[in-house]
Amino acid sequence: MKLRQGQFSFLPDLTDDDIRVQAQYAIDNGWAVSVEYTDDPHPRNTYWEMWGHPMFDNPDAAAVVFEVNECRKEHGGKYIRVIAFDASPGWESIRMSFIVNRPATEPGFRLIRQEAEGRSVRYTIESYAVREPEGARYA
Amino acid sequence: MDEPRPTHVDLAASFENSGVRDVLRELDETLIGLEPVKSRIRETAALLLVDQARRQLGLATETPTLHMSFTGNPGTGKTTVALKMADLLHRLGYVRKGHLVTVTRDDLVGQYIGHTAPKTKEVLKKAMGGVLFIDEAYYLYRPENERDYGQEAIEILLQVMENNRDDLVVILAGYADRMDRFFASNPGFRSRIAHHIEFPDYTDPELLHISEKMLASQNYRLDDGARAAMRDYIAARRHQPHFANARSVRNALDRARLRQANRLFNEAKGPIDADRLSLITEPDIRASRVFRGGLDVDRLDAGRATGQAAAE
Repeated sequence: MKLRQGQFSFLPDLTDDDIRVQAQYAIDNGWAVSVEYTDDPHPRNTYWEMWGHPMFDNPDAAAVVFEVNECRKEHGGKYIRVIAFDASPGWESIRMSFIVNRPATEPGFRLIRQEAEGRSVRYTIESYAVREPEGARYA
Repeated sequence: MDEPRPTHVDLAASFENSGVRDVLRELDETLIGLEPVKSRIRETAALLLVDQARRQLGLATETPTLHMSFTGNPGTGKTTVALKMADLLHRLGYVRKGHLVTVTRDDLVGQYIGHTAPKTKEVLKKAMGGVLFIDEAYYLYRPENERDYGQEAIEILLQVMENNRDDLVVILAGYADRMDRFFASNPGFRSRIAHHIEFPDYTDPELLHISEKMLASQNYRLDDGARAAMRDYIAARRHQPHFANARSVRNALDRARLRQANRLFNEAKGPIDADRLSLITEPDIRASRVFRGGLDVDRLDAGRATGQAAAE
C-alpha cells in the first residue's frame, strides 16, 4: 500500500529534477529546507529523524538534491521526505512536506480493535512494518 | 514533445541579449591594467557563447569544465575578477544563482577526526548554484603532516567538482609558485581545471591610476604635489617587504586620510569648506614611513638577512 502523506503523494514518484524545482520554490520563498527519514510510517509520527541540519543559508536547491542523494545512500530502504519551514510568523511552521524516497515494499496498516469499558471499542491502526524492531523493518 | 531545433543561431544577438557585453564593458571600465586577464575572460566568454549556441543546435551535450585557477601576487584583483566571473557565468546560464562564496583553508578543514567532511560539504552546498572561490588553496595540502585533514577536504572537493559540474564552479587562487607546487603534488586538481589565468603585477602608473580612482569613489582627490608624492611612494613601496599591489595602495590612502583628518583638526580655525575636506595634500603622503625606508622591524630583518648571506 503506497503511503499517501504530504504533498504530491498521489502523483508518480518525484524525479531529482522535480525535487530540485520544488525545493527551489521553498528557498525562493525564504523557507528553510531540510531532509528527514524514518522507518515508522504511522501518520501521527510527526517528528522524523533529521538528516543533517536544516539548510538555512543555501541559495540553490542543488544542495537539497545532493543531501537527498546522500541520505538515500545511507537510508535508501526507508521513507525520506523534504520539508520546508517558514519562520516568518515567529515560530517554525511547516509549509511544504513531500516524500522523496520510499521502501521497495510497503506492507500497509492493520486495524486494531481494543475492548474498552462497557463493550465500547477503540480503534487504532498500526503499520505491519513496525512489528519488526527499528532498523530491521524494511529489507 | 521536443521543440524543433533551430537551424542557425545569431551569435551577435545572443552576445547582446545575454548581458555578456555589459559584464565585459564593466570589466574594462572598472579594472585598470590586467590586460592578459581581460583577454582571457573575453576568450572564455566567447567559448561559452559558442558552446551555448552549439547546445541550441544540438551539437554539444556535456557541460564544459569551468573550474579555474587564478594565480598572481596579493592585491592583483583576483577576488574582484572572481566576482565578475560569477556574474558572467550566471548571465550565460552556466550557474543558476551567480553568487560568490569565498573561503580559505579554515572554512573547509576541520579540527578533529570526522569534522572535515561535514564542514567541507556545508561550504560546497552553500556554493551550489554559484562560484566557490578558494583563496590560498595551497594551504589545503600540507605535505609535512601526513595525517593532515586537508587531504580529506581535497578528496571531497575533487569528487564534487567532478560529479556536480552543473551545480558549481570552483576557482582556486593563490601565489603562482606555490600554486604550481600544489598542482604538482595534486595531479587530480590540475586535470580538473581547464582555465589557468595569471594575474600580472600592476605597473607604477597603473597603481597611481588605481589610487586616484579609489579616492574618487570616496570623494577625495589629490593635489599636484600629492600626486607626485604618491608616485614616489609607489616606486619606493614596491621594493619594500609585504608589497601587495592595490591593497598596499589602499592601506596607504587610508593612512593618508587619517593624517589629513589630523592636519585639518590641528590647523583649522573657523569653518572648513567641502573642497578642503576632500583634498589630500603632499605632506599627508610624504609623512609615510615608506619614505624613511619602511617599518623598523622589516629593516632589521632585511639587515639580518643580508648579514647572514654575507656570513655564509
